[in-house]
Order: sequence, then C-alpha cells, then structure tokens
Amino acid sequence: MSQRTFKIFRYNPETDKKPSYKTYTIEVEPSWTILDALNEIKWYHDGSLTYRRSCRHGICGSCAMQINGLNDLSCELQISNYPKDPIVIDPLPGFEIYKDLAVNMEPFYAALKRVKPWLINDNPPPGSERLQSPEEFKLMGDSIACILCAACTSSCPSFWTDEDYLGPAALLKAFRYTFDTRDEGFEDRLEALDNKHGLWRCHKITNCFTACPKNLNPTEAISKLQRKVVSEKW
Amino acid sequence: MIHRHDVIIVGAGLAGSRAAVEIGQTANVAVLSKVYPSRSHSGAAQGGVAASLANESKTDRWEYHMYDTVKGSDYLGDQDAIELMVREAPETVIEMEHWGCPFSRTPEGLIAQRKFGGHTLDYGKEAALRSCYSYDYTGHVLLHTLHEQCLKHGVHFYSEFQVLSLIFRDNRAIGVVAWDIVNGGLHTFYGRAVMFGTGGYGRAFKITSNAHANTGDGLSQVIRAGLPVQDMEFVQFHPTGLWKSGILVTEGARGEGGYLLNGEKRRFMEDYAPTLMELAPRDVVARSMQTEIDEGRGIDGKNYVFIDVSHLGEAKLKERLPQITELAMNFAGVDPVKEPIPIQPTAHYSMGGIPANANCRVTYDAKRSETVGFYAGGECSCISVHGANRLGTNSLLEALLFGRRAGKQIVEDLSHLEFPELPADYEDAATEEVERTMAKDGEEKAATLRAELQETMMMDCGVFRSRGQLEKQRDKVEELEERYKNIRVEDKGTRFNTDMLEAIELGHLIEFSGAIVEGALQREESRGGHARKDFPKRDDVKFLKHTLAWREPNGKWKLTFEKDVVLKGITHPGFEPKERVY
Ligand SMILES: Cc1cc2nc3c(=O)[nH]c(=O)nc-3n(C[C@H](O)[C@H](O)[C@H](O)COP(=O)(O)OP(=O)(O)OC[C@H]3O[C@@H](n4cnc5c(N)ncnc54)[C@H](O)[C@@H]3O)c2cc1C
Ligand code: SF4
Ligand code: FES
Repeated sequence: MSQRTFKIFRYNPETDKKPSYKTYTIEVEPSWTILDALNEIKWYHDGSLTYRRSCRHGICGSCAMQINGLNDLSCELQISNYPKDPIVIDPLPGFEIYKDLAVNMEPFYAALKRVKPWLINDNPPPGSERLQSPEEFKLMGDSIACILCAACTSSCPSFWTDEDYLGPAALLKAFRYTFDTRDEGFEDRLEALDNKHGLWRCHKITNCFTACPKNLNPTEAISKLQRKVVSEKW
Repeated sequence: MIHRHDVIIVGAGLAGSRAAVEIGQTANVAVLSKVYPSRSHSGAAQGGVAASLANESKTDRWEYHMYDTVKGSDYLGDQDAIELMVREAPETVIEMEHWGCPFSRTPEGLIAQRKFGGHTLDYGKEAALRSCYSYDYTGHVLLHTLHEQCLKHGVHFYSEFQVLSLIFRDNRAIGVVAWDIVNGGLHTFYGRAVMFGTGGYGRAFKITSNAHANTGDGLSQVIRAGLPVQDMEFVQFHPTGLWKSGILVTEGARGEGGYLLNGEKRRFMEDYAPTLMELAPRDVVARSMQTEIDEGRGIDGKNYVFIDVSHLGEAKLKERLPQITELAMNFAGVDPVKEPIPIQPTAHYSMGGIPANANCRVTYDAKRSETVGFYAGGECSCISVHGANRLGTNSLLEALLFGRRAGKQIVEDLSHLEFPELPADYEDAATEEVERTMAKDGEEKAATLRAELQETMMMDCGVFRSRGQLEKQRDKVEELEERYKNIRVEDKGTRFNTDMLEAIELGHLIEFSGAIVEGALQREESRGGHARKDFPKRDDVKFLKHTLAWREPNGKWKLTFEKDVVLKGITHPGFEPKERVY
C-alpha cells in the first residue's frame, strides 16, 4: 500500500455554479488501475463522485476520461504508470457535463447513426453463410474491435470546432461497413460522408490515433475512405 | 411519467436486443437498459458461439451437440429445450452472419470454428471444432451487430434507465418502473408484453468475470413480485480467471492448446480428466484447480495456478487471442508470449434464474404453469438448457436463440394480448424503495456490506460447499440484510446519482444470494457446478429435479424439489443419466 493523490474534476449542474477540482489522498495497492482508485474514493470516501464504468477490463467503453490531460480508459491503466502526484482526472472534452466525469454522449451516438451503421445488402442471402475469405475479412482491419468509448472523437480539434462533424469513431464505423465485402451501401452512406461535416473535415491531426486505447487508427481509415470516395466519383 | 409501448424489454444484451430486432419489425418495442446498449456485458464474451455448422469438424451434427450439452448439464438440463436449441443453432448463427456480423473465416470463406470444453464428436470420442468465433471478440461483434440492427429497425431505446420494480398482478405482467439515471425521477413503462433479459449476477462474488453492472436485478425483482426462481445454487466458476481480479482468460486459450500447470509445473489435468485434459467442462476443471490449490499445490503454495500459452507462439496468439495478450499485460503484468499467466476460479455464469419454457414464457410452479404476458431469455432465465453446468459457447447461443424465440413468441402472442390496466399502486414499490434508500443515513457503508457479502459468498458458497459453511453463510446473508437497513447514502441529489443506484443494487445482491445459499444447503448432492464436500455423489433418486425457491412474506425461503427434469427430446429419445467421466 502507498498513498496517492488524485485531483478530480467535480461539477453538478444541478447545484454548483461552476466546476471545481477536489483533491483526494488515499491508500492504493500497487496493482490498482485508475478505476480501482475512483471506486475506492466513491465507496469509502465520497459517495457523490460520479463516473461511468461497467466491464472493468477495457471492452465496454464506459470509462473513458482524461487522465493527466490524455483521453484513455480508466479501467485499463495502472496507477503506477503515473509516478507523479497528483494524478489529474477530467471528463472527456467536447461534451456537455452531466455530472463530474459523466458526459452527455448523445451527440456521439447520433453521429454514429448518421453513417447507417448496419450491413446494407438487398440481395437475398444464401441458405448458408455469405462467403468471405480470410483476406477479405482482414480488409476491415481492427475496426471491428472499436468499443465506442469516444476517446478519439473527444480528442479531435475538428470535432471541438464543428459539432456537426461525424468524428473519427463514426467514420471508422463507416469504414468498417464500406470495407466489408458483403456490404453494398457505399452510395447510401455517401451523403453523410462526402461533405464538409463528414470525411473532408478531417485535417489529419491524428489525435484520434494517439487517443485510441485499442490502438485503432481512425485517421488511416478516414484516408482510405477518402480515396475510395474520390476514385468512385471520378 | 407513463410510457406505453406494445412490448417492454428490460436488457439490451444479446437476449434483449435479439428479441427487439424480431419485434421491432412489426410492433412498437421499447428496450430499457441501465448501461448504453452496446456496453452490456454480452460484449465481454470472448470465445465463441456454438453451432454444429460442420465447417471445420465435417462430421459434426446436432445430435452430438445435444449429447454434449445434456452430459455437460449433469443431466439436469431439460432435453426438449436442449434439442430445440442445438437444432436451431446453425440458422441462428447464420442469420447473424447475414446481418453483417464479422466472423473469423476458414480458408474457404466459411465461418471459422474452434474447440471448446466439453464439445465433442461422436458422443465423446474426440474434441469438436464447434465454436464460431471472431478473434476473441465474439460477444463484442455479436452485440454491436445486433444493436446496429435495432437502430436499423427503429427500436426505441431508453438508455441509462434502471428498472427498479416489475408490475405484476393476478398472474399478468403489466410493466416496469424505472429510474432515469441522468435526470433522476421515476418512469413507468407498461405494455401488452414484458420481457426480461437482465443478464447475470456475478457481482455477488468477490472473484468474478462479470461487469460491475451484473447485479442480478431482474432476479430480485421477480422474487419480490412473488414469483419463484429456479436452480439458483448452480453457479458456474470459470477455471481461468486472472488471479486477484477474476477477469476472464477465455476458454479459447485452452481450446487453442493452452496448458494448466500446478506448483510442481505439472499438467495436473491428467489426474482428473485423462481424455479431454484441459478441455474437460468448466466445473470439472475448476474443481481440479481448487483441489490442487487446497492441497497446497498452487504456485508457491498460493491460491493460484498457471495457464501457459507461450508455446503457441506470438503469431498465433496475435491471430487467435489478441485480447488475452492485452488483458494479461494490463491486469496481471505478464506477457503471455514469454511467461505463464496466474489464474484462479472466477464466478462466471448463473445456470439458474427465472423459470421459463422453450417459448420463453415465464412459468410459476412445478407443473410449469404459465404467467401471462411475461417472458424471459438469456442468462437471467432458466429454461433450462444448461442444467447444473453450462458448456462454454452455449450461453451466447442461448441468449441469441432464446432472444429470437422470445421475439417470435411475443409477436405471435400480441394478436391476443390486450393492454393491461395499470393498477392504482403501480409505482408504490419503486417510490418506496427510492425514498427508503435516499433517507438512509445510518452508520454502515454500502461498500463494506457488499465486500463482506462477496467475500463470504466466495468462501462459503464457492467451488466447494458443505453444510457447516452454508449454514454460516445463511446467517451471514440474514445479518447483512439487517445491516443493510442501516446504510448511508451520501449523494442526496437526483442527477446521475450512482450512489443511490449502487445501494439499490446491493439490496438485489443480498436478496437473491439468499436463494443461492438456501438451494445449496438443501440440495444434498454434488451435481455440475454444485459440489458438496459432505455429499460428493450425485443423487438422482432425490435430486434429479429442478429447485424452485420462493421468498415468503416473513422473509424465509420456501424450496421445493418437485419440478421434473425433461429427459426426452422433442423428437430425440433422450440421453439417460449416466456417470459423467471425461
Ligand atoms: C467475460 C465473459 C466471457 C464470456 N464468454 C462467453 C463465450 O465465449 N461464449 C458464451 O457462449 N458465453 C460467454 N459468456 C457468457 C455470456 O456472455 C452471457 O451469458 C450472455 O452474454 C448474457 O447475455 P444477456 O443478454 O442475457 O445479458 P447481458 O448481456 O449481461 O445484458 C444484460 C442487460 O440487462 C440490463 N439490465 C440489467 N439490470 C437492469 C436494470 N435493473 N434496469 C435496466 N437494465 C438492466 C443491462 O443494462 C444489459 O443491457 C461470457 C461471460 C463473461 C462474463
Ligand atoms: S476508435 Fe478507439 S478511441 Fe475511438 S471510439 Fe473506437 S475504441 Fe474508442
Ligand atoms: S469499464 Fe468497460 S471499458 Fe473501462
């Protein structure tokens, strides 16, 4: 056990005029993650501290937040990665604050829906599975592993300045379906993709790639989509 | 506020979402979930979903899958429901593929399949490749695909609404009362049909593979509505939980060829299951591990053993088990390419739950009499296809398949189900629960009580059990229930008050834990996931029966062992109970 200090963003729009930071010093175990520390604070020191969490092993995407200024999953990072006190914790930037570290993700989900995130293929399917070779399967890359944590979109300056921008996560989802050999929805998605709030808003700042806790690369996916749009149009 | 929809589904995991896709195409369906739908714990499933597609094991067929499931269940599974499940498995999985689910592929472009514990060819002769997978993200891709299908079909989601009570009167489900997590406040939802797909309850145990959200709310709400729960003593402990945290190392790791090693660096499974070795079913492997640990052959005498996958090589690990590599690094600090991973049994899956028939209609007695307008599917239900022990990959299948069946049944039943009338006191139970919880200003910390419950359930109602331990645990649960009245909720606001909601969840944990302990105490035999040290043998004369447990108004549990197990399939003559050796 050792003592560590956490400086945590607190804001309840219901009662607080403005946000503030609250500092907590607690005993932590060497193997703990940031989420373990938040739980310790909530369960034994301050029940009102609010954040989202569920799976606690990096698969549900609930617990993204800013840790020392970088978006990441609090459940996946060991406290020992941050040797200096205090460890500063903020909500994901770019979203309305519901309370403390819990933000309003509705705009994020709404963007996702705009790219029609489902398989589009009107041909009646065969009796068994549609064939897809391992190589074709790999065209989708790691995009199928996206957990919709929003770490990427929330780190993107283009998203901060254009609230209608689809953002890297929604574009990665568009990539996932467009590069699925079973999908025929390229034209259907074009309207959402081929405009200034879509593919062309991306300025290759690559914050999304740096932020993604799953090591996915939305920037690369966006480039591939851009190239596809250009080559199909001209 | 009152909301009216044809169908109210609680839970957006595979079971709830799959039912919603079915219903959403013809009726107005609302899905409530306390977490955003794609954050449901189905997404954590790694290994795969079972179906005898025969893509890899060319001779596979549903009869083998049926045999494995029945034997795996230690003959407590209902064989009519099992036959339905294994026969409809291929079309259920293929349908997911047609909806775009990205499965790993064979060189010919078919859905790839791998080995999993207890799944065999030709009635136990050799291991079958039957688990359809997508890397080790199978649950994740299935869940996202289904959620996206729901979006396509205009399913109405109420995300971050936590259901507090079931409105159930005169044998008829009417609706539910839920708390709006973001804004606070009660909302009542009522409809012609209500379905529960509320998932598992691993959070009653200290070491668990389950999410924080898996608090068995649906079970406690059913108990409080005066209905029974079934076979609750059957808790699956998965052998390979990461040491200390319980985070899962998929059985796929053994399916791909991982070894279990004890403190003597020996593959101890050869002493327990010489034929299937590491691929014996989970209850067998978990007990073998626990025995090694209890007899001092854990690593350095401690409470863990090793799973070694290093011989598979970096390339194969990356190709087949990328998530495991990451989890072992992040949560156990070991690189599985180079070193073995420390593991211990972890509470994983609940075989018991809300009694329902194969059409997912909830039943309420030993004669399987049906309730009206009330359906259950997925892990919260007990249909019972897993009996006393579930085989790996059979529960994603169960959730998908019975979600689908529930959906179809509800669509059919809507032709005669009218909107019920809301009783005058529809919101009283929930209002009272919120008021009682918010008023709590006592000395006890909810977290302390929860930790005590989890610790003692693990110790005294875990892999091995005995009368003495269980009587002690029964007293403990009663004590915790008393102390629960004296807890303190610090957050007194309405907005995003997770302090209050966690306290309410603790009430659920305590409630259904009573049923687990009572069932474990009264079932004086060892069968599947329930192992009594003082009754090490299976007793088919007394206990080839399902347990039903009701909570009486005085708080005592009433149990019966009168519900017969169905020993015949619908068309298949069935498999006679035999000794289970692997
Ligand atoms: C780590 C792990 C790995 C697994 N791997 C496999 C595998 O490889 N193969 C396999 O077959 N099985 C596997 N399983 C088991 C399988 O994943 C689950 O049994 C199955 O996914 C359960 O699905 P479900 O739809 O019933 O519940 P869940 O997916 O858990 O969904 C429950 C839903 O109910 C909602 N809910 C619960 N209570 C409330 C409430 N009070 N108010 C509102 N909403 C509520 C939740 O928000 C959620 O949406 C695994 C399980 C775990 C934990
Ligand atoms: S791409 Fe990465 S950062 Fe963005 S939502 Fe998906 S998992 Fe999160
Ligand atoms: S809690 Fe699920 S990703 Fe962190």
